[in-house]
Amino acid sequence: MSWAHVGTVIVAAFLASLVEFVEALTIVLAVGTTRGWRSALIGAGAGVLFLTVLTLAVGPALQRIPLGSLQLVVGVLLLLFGMRWLRKAILRAGGVIALHDEAAIYAKQTADRISLLTSFKAVTLEGLEVVFIVIATGARGLLAPAALGAALAGSLVVLAGLGVRRPLARVPENALKFGVGVLLTAFGVFWVGEGLGYPWPGKDLAILGLVAGFSATALLAVAVVRRSAPPAWAGQAGRRR
Amino acid sequence: MTALVTALGSLWGLFVEDASLTLGILVWFAIAAFALPALGLRDARGGAVLFLLLALVLLENVRRSAERQ
Repeated sequence: MSWAHVGTVIVAAFLASLVEFVEALTIVLAVGTTRGWRSALIGAGAGVLFLTVLTLAVGPALQRIPLGSLQLVVGVLLLLFGMRWLRKAILRAGGVIALHDEAAIYAKQTADRISLLTSFKAVTLEGLEVVFIVIATGARGLLAPAALGAALAGSLVVLAGLGVRRPLARVPENALKFGVGVLLTAFGVFWVGEGLGYPWPGKDLAILGLVAGFSATALLAVAVVRRSAPPAWAGQAGRRR
Repeated sequence: MTALVTALGSLWGLFVEDASLTLGILVWFAIAAFALPALGLRDARGGAVLFLLLALVLLENVRRSAERQ
């Protein structure tokens, strides 16, 4: 076995895993910044633990898990949660509901469980893909170099996440929720499409296109809301309809 | 039993806040799963259609919500 062969396996596993780790980090960062780091990190940690136990228990048999079905379920749940979040952020940005309403405060108390679940699902799904990548690229006795490549990618992504955590905390709350709604919706559509067997142009790069598309849609929605909502004084004189 | 109902209720509320939005997403999902493949659109064009349909669901929902306020 030549060093060139081993090196190629490490680089291939590194690059392919990097994409999956970045996707998981994006969701954990988004949820952690808006809903608090405790539940986001517990969810991510639980995902890593679950994957580790699963990998040790069943090993290469993991390849038989129907990834498409898993993507479909996670995608629909992310969509339901992300669209709900995005809708509320749009209505707030459009001035239809207050920036800090009572319902939001109540929702924050109960949403920790969901932020934990969202991180858990994202880390488990992306981690499972990393496991598949390691098994695929490390076939024919090269599992260790492939695992090394994936581990390097994971370490790099965790370091990057620690670096961007503080700058993210300075972004206004509703802008963050707006961004998180866009991200969860984009990932949800991508995973539902993958689960149903739609071929995305550019594969995982299509997520960037979806993020751009939903950002533009959400900004357009804010303009539509501002035009559609009755003026502030209308509420004092009675409802228009 | 009451605790279970309360827990399920709050879980439901976290995913379903506006019934018309949830219904829109479910209709979108049905179109993605059944209608587009039947029309032969489960190819590279299908992704763009998935995005456009969901963008329309969102736009229409927030427009109606703004008018209702």
